[in-house]
Amino acid sequence: MPIDSSDFAILQGLVSKHAAIVLDTGKEYLAESRLTPLARTAGCASVAELLRRVHDDPRSPLVGRVVEAMTTNETSFFRDMHPFEALRTTIIPELMRARASERSLNLWCAAASSGQEPYTVAMTLLEHFPQLQQWKLRFVASDIAPAMLARCREGRYSQLEVNRGLPAKYLVKYFEKAGAEWQLKPQVRSMIEFVEVNLARPFPAWPQMDIVFMRNVLIYFSLETKRDILRRVRKQMRPDGWFFLGGSESTLNVDDKWTRVQLDKTSVYRPVP
Amino acid sequence: MNLPEQGTSRRPRALVIDDSRAVRSIIRQILTDLSFEVHEAEDGQQALAKIDELGGVDLATVDWNMPVMNGLQFVEALRTKPEHASTCLVMVTTETDMDYVRRALEAGADEFVMKPFTRDVILDKLNIAGSGA
Repeated sequence: MPIDSSDFAILQGLVSKHAAIVLDTGKEYLAESRLTPLARTAGCASVAELLRRVHDDPRSPLVGRVVEAMTTNETSFFRDMHPFEALRTTIIPELMRARASERSLNLWCAAASSGQEPYTVAMTLLEHFPQLQQWKLRFVASDIAPAMLARCREGRYSQLEVNRGLPAKYLVKYFEKAGAEWQLKPQVRSMIEFVEVNLARPFPAWPQMDIVFMRNVLIYFSLETKRDILRRVRKQMRPDGWFFLGGSESTLNVDDKWTRVQLDKTSVYRPVP
Repeated sequence: MNLPEQGTSRRPRALVIDDSRAVRSIIRQILTDLSFEVHEAEDGQQALAKIDELGGVDLATVDWNMPVMNGLQFVEALRTKPEHASTCLVMVTTETDMDYVRRALEAGADEFVMKPFTRDVILDKLNIAGSGA
């Protein structure tokens, strides 16, 4: 039984309240596909029943699980490729020159989902900049969903996931076979601290960041929330830091205190002083 | 591996090497959609002969387990020929142990795709091969 408008309104209210996400009318199909497995696990006959259950019991742990199911996004290793090329060819070399005396770098991957993006960055650093292992590296990755963070920390991926986008030489060098899955070696996993962060709420007390990835997540917020997040990210960054959005995203008409820099096939943003 | 650009006059050439006609057909379709001129071979020996006949190919997808000459043997053989040094070799195989991946790369394969695969997997791997990642 498809969900009706009142059930969908329950969901819209939940994701707005807990994650500041705007779920437009017309996205009922997304609710069905994301929540059907959870409904089944929770013993509900339908997604509609699941939504009514969480509406009737706002303290139920199912509330968090519904929000998680709606906020988890697909990701893959080396997704879109070009941002990581820009890291390798331009951004890290430039930052290493700029930070040569302090020998420290701070990185943040926001909305990490199942972790492929931060691990891609980590492997890129290990592969191309081994000298950074002698630096003070603070690498944090965050997500709103505790279940996703647990997955990230484990660093285990299915055959389908490592088949997608990951260079085979990285598979051999940075992974171990773990049953039918593939797990990142401890050397890689230990580089990243995974932290629960709701982007719509104050960020943790982190140092100023040199590099921030916040790709394909701002699209889910209202304009006002986007503006607020971008403003706080700017304040979280060093003046010569680099900020990555998704390929189809922009700060244009949202926050004019960013400069867009074209690096070969990718755009990167820098805070305007 | 640079994928063919729309409107260019020369279509890159691909050779699909697999003893399964069904798999060859699937990969053929994917590569044709990516604007490759696609040829086929059923085993490594046939593939070497085909490459000689064609004067070279830009890309070969290589199954591992084939009769007469298997995929690893084909890769090793092709990599002894400097005139084919720029041929991109992508293993496409049901073998998924780390040892197979390592051996394929050591023999000179550029990439490794584990079956089952999707079109996006093949596309990603072609983009990766030679990207410098």
